[in-house]
Amino acid sequence: MTHTDLQKTPLCAACEAAGGKMVDFHGWLLPVQFAGIIAEHKAVREDAGMFDVSHMGQLFVEGKDAWPFLQYINCNNIKNEPGAGVYSHILTEKGTIIDDAISFCLTPEKFLVVVNAACTAEDFAWFEKQSKNFDVTVRNESARWGMIAVQGPRALEQVSNLLPKAPEVARFHIAEIELFGAKGYLTRTGYTGEDGVEIMLPSDKIAQLWDALLKQGVTPCGLGARDVLRLEAGYLLNGADADQTRTPYEAGCGWVVKLAKENFVGKEALAAQKAQGVNEKLIGFVLKSPGVPRAGCHVFADGAEKGILTSGTYSPLFKGIAVGYLAAEAAVPGTEVEIEIHGKRVKAEVVKPPFYKNRV
Amino acid sequence: MYNEENCRFAKTHEWAHMEGDIATVGISNHAQEEISDIVFVDLPKVGQQVTAGQNCCVIESVKSASEIYAPVSGEVVEVNSALTNDPALVNREPHGNGWLFKIKMTAPTEYENLLDLNAYKATLNK
Repeated sequence: MTHTDLQKTPLCAACEAAGGKMVDFHGWLLPVQFAGIIAEHKAVREDAGMFDVSHMGQLFVEGKDAWPFLQYINCNNIKNEPGAGVYSHILTEKGTIIDDAISFCLTPEKFLVVVNAACTAEDFAWFEKQSKNFDVTVRNESARWGMIAVQGPRALEQVSNLLPKAPEVARFHIAEIELFGAKGYLTRTGYTGEDGVEIMLPSDKIAQLWDALLKQGVTPCGLGARDVLRLEAGYLLNGADADQTRTPYEAGCGWVVKLAKENFVGKEALAAQKAQGVNEKLIGFVLKSPGVPRAGCHVFADGAEKGILTSGTYSPLFKGIAVGYLAAEAAVPGTEVEIEIHGKRVKAEVVKPPFYKNRV
Repeated sequence: MYNEENCRFAKTHEWAHMEGDIATVGISNHAQEEISDIVFVDLPKVGQQVTAGQNCCVIESVKSASEIYAPVSGEVVEVNSALTNDPALVNREPHGNGWLFKIKMTAPTEYENLLDLNAYKATLNK
């Protein structure tokens, strides 16, 4: 495999030095694992682990209409209180999902939107297009920022050695920080189902943070563990569990749709779907016997094909788990289904995600 | 018990160890390192006929499924039932207690055509 065409994060060399097994992830060279997925999963569930998430995108929205614009481009209610962040979906006019992202209010006229790496360019173009009638400027600063997610029950304790005020930042909030002589941001967010933070620093400073955390004993973790952790926690993987053929209602995220808002991109289509109901719905599955369900496996109920998996894995906590789209009449928790794995039908039970329920 | 020196290898990273007309089959140390964190082994059935070079078993790690090809043809006469409760044995002892299944060979010359350790190692450096 040649790595020369791949984009590298500012932590690429640090990840390689820490034993990261580097792979192509949507055009980025990123570590799939360090010591091993199971060991890294355990570190995050029981101690503290860190992930290079520098590939994620940072869009800054500034101007008098920053908040009204974000209210228009997001289906959820974005907060205009400095420090507050809100998870939302960014939709097409048809109500289908372009991306899922968190919009943080820095000041009433300046917001930071953290988006998925693979969607950054498309999101930026969509923001520019939709902002024509608003007094805002949108800047894509993704290349300027490095980002590390520190996750686990001891994540805050580890981070507070460097940033003593970190524990004061409330869940889903953002704070400006200063570290290694540079300004950055800390958010009390993550993609693992554990408490933790995500820290953004300029690209040329982020490796210092990685090295400091590594020295403190935080376990470096890769994409493999990240995928198991997020699936256990019931978080969507955009591009797999959600895309421009699926709406938030179909993706089991009706709670991010605020139809009471005056207007937002995709509202009309979603109002119609809400009235009509969905034909297919994203739901969880737990395998009843050994095996590992994977994306693309077909799901059968009463002998008839009723759906397809979009994500699946082996969970050290729950064994074979998956999510997938199932005909609405079968997408009822407790329903027994069969999943076809390597040509064999394996029994599974329909469950409502998350599989892993934590306090956060 | 089936150390690397007295095994033969397929280019697809399975090893075979011959005793009489029985070949014990497993995966190489290189293969278990590549697959990592083995969580489930879908073994063939005892009595199943297998053909050299054909898929007859699946090893699942957290992140992927790997097909295992029979290095020689014949009938499966025993499978390693210890893997049902402890699939990671394949990671820990790929050449020992982490063997997969045993084949009663129908064409023992197929065994001679497999690679010896040096020839197998040479394929890994390419």
